[in-house]
Amino acid sequence: MRPLSRPLLVALIAALALLAVFPQFVERYYVQLATKMMVMAIFALSLDLLVGYTRLVSLGHAAFFGLAGYALAILQRDLGFVSLWTTLPLTVGFTALVALLLGALAIRTSGIYFIMVTLAIAQMLYYFANDTKWLGGSDGMFLDAKPTAEIFGLQLFDLKNRVTFYYFALGALVTSFLLGRMVLASLFGRVIDAIRCNEPRTRALGFTTWRYKLAMFAIAGALAGLAGYVGAAQDGIVNPAFLSWHQSGQALVIVILGGMGTLYGPVVGAFALIVLEDVAAGLTEHWLLFIGLFVIAVVLFLPRGIASLPLAGCVGRLRKRGGGAAPLPERRAAEAGDD
Amino acid sequence: MDVSSFLVQSLNSVQYGFLLFLVASGLTLIFGILGVINLAHGSFFMIGAYLAHWLQLKTGNLFVAIALGLPLSFLLGLAVERLAIRFLYARDHLYQVLLTYGLILIFNELQRILWGNDVHGVPIPAVLDASVPLNETQSYPVYRFFISLACIGVAAAMYFVIHRTKLGMLIRAGAANREMVELLGFRVNRLYALVFALGAALTAFAGMLSAPVNSVYPGMGEHILIISFVVVVIGGLGSIQGAFVGAMLIGFVDTFGKVFVPEAASLSVYAFMAAVLLWRPQGLFGARPA
Repeated sequence: MRPLSRPLLVALIAALALLAVFPQFVERYYVQLATKMMVMAIFALSLDLLVGYTRLVSLGHAAFFGLAGYALAILQRDLGFVSLWTTLPLTVGFTALVALLLGALAIRTSGIYFIMVTLAIAQMLYYFANDTKWLGGSDGMFLDAKPTAEIFGLQLFDLKNRVTFYYFALGALVTSFLLGRMVLASLFGRVIDAIRCNEPRTRALGFTTWRYKLAMFAIAGALAGLAGYVGAAQDGIVNPAFLSWHQSGQALVIVILGGMGTLYGPVVGAFALIVLEDVAAGLTEHWLLFIGLFVIAVVLFLPRGIASLPLAGCVGRLRKRGGGAAPLPERRAAEAGDD
Repeated sequence: MDVSSFLVQSLNSVQYGFLLFLVASGLTLIFGILGVINLAHGSFFMIGAYLAHWLQLKTGNLFVAIALGLPLSFLLGLAVERLAIRFLYARDHLYQVLLTYGLILIFNELQRILWGNDVHGVPIPAVLDASVPLNETQSYPVYRFFISLACIGVAAAMYFVIHRTKLGMLIRAGAANREMVELLGFRVNRLYALVFALGAALTAFAGMLSAPVNSVYPGMGEHILIISFVVVVIGGLGSIQGAFVGAMLIGFVDTFGKVFVPEAASLSVYAFMAAVLLWRPQGLFGARPA
């Protein structure tokens, strides 16, 4: 994990300041849209920890997003937990635990198998939620109330207020970003770095690499759970679409669009893609056609994402991919440009 | 469960297994030879089914529809390979996943534009619209036998082409060492385009065959894609033999899972996959990854 360069740091702080004042100047619709973006940003950022930093390409990350939503709904409906202070840690903890279990299975495979197995696992949960009456089937579950935030009977803030909820989501996003950086800057993060660059060599150095990968899988799962928690609380409903592989696919698109292996890239990507979707959906009923073409264009012409554009190019250093394949020509050129 | 219903379920399993095999073998062939993971593979299944529905309406005959639909899907496969897939050969799996995900969005939306969101049924051709009595109460539809037979035919043809013809030899050689085949003066690019288009046509054929049994609906491609992934993970990626064994196993697990544990029917195949992965992470016939 390299320290952020000064221009980037300035840009990030400016963006944060902009986000902080944003709800004061726009209509309610845009506040909600921006909240949705921040949920996707947290979700994509958590996926970046796997895809960009560990080279574990997961196509089933929505499993943890959806699980958190369902966990929150069940906590509220069946177990009577209403407070933010209990539901949030329980939900995130639960998602981390499930990620640990499912990850232990998925980590046994690598490369292309990992992609397919994570997809299959997420799909299994999707069908489970879709076919289980107790979970509301294909209709999903309604969350009757927003989590309450009280301390000793005193209401700290009210999540029913859309603007307050916006700030809550913003807080979650900033926390996720800082947590992600902390994890990556730690000794643990250095080992993850090493695993990405050369796993056999890291193993030869005496590290039990699967444990590190599994731990990262659980951390990413927990952060995805945080995103799912905020997302479900915002929508007031959780349904199988939370678990669908389109959700996973969209997150992957966001990570690449923004620039993987940067943490801030996915945040930029989330904002860019959701604005694009919103605009395209306003123009035509068949907007997904354009999103599809856009995704293909990004893969072909902007494989390193927005973070690699000249504006941010001085920072978006390319992550070497695992598996020892030769770097691509465009990659080499970009790396030369960095120095 | 008495003997005849056991027989019916077994026949259903085999028939489903054969259909899965057609789809999964295309997937595994494309991966084994081109090195591309193709998420849009299920879309060809959907396109096949919709072509069968549409051409059957226009021509009034399913066989004519299949005869017209096969070259169409082959050409579509060729176009997709030339316009998009060929840029992926040197790229990381991640980008292959993304680009083919984009293709899925496009195909799904085109399906909505061309044929709408309704669920369609395709009538079973009159010649095959009969059933074979098994005992007084149970019988088995002839059309399902026809599906199995057609799949056996295709599988046999595929085996013959891959193992007994020059084209098959080139395909196998191209999978083993692309550069060497190129150096020997063969146009590997054309070979790849051909393999991709054949894989697409194979899958579309499975979609056409299954249209009268399973009806034609939006999103059908994704369902079959994910099941095919499970098949390929169980069988071992790149192995046709593995795809066959995996497809049959899933055919049985899925069909009998629905009979014995209906409340967890959709989970049975995934549980089975998890069990296989715990035992052999590289699949039953896969080479151990380096």
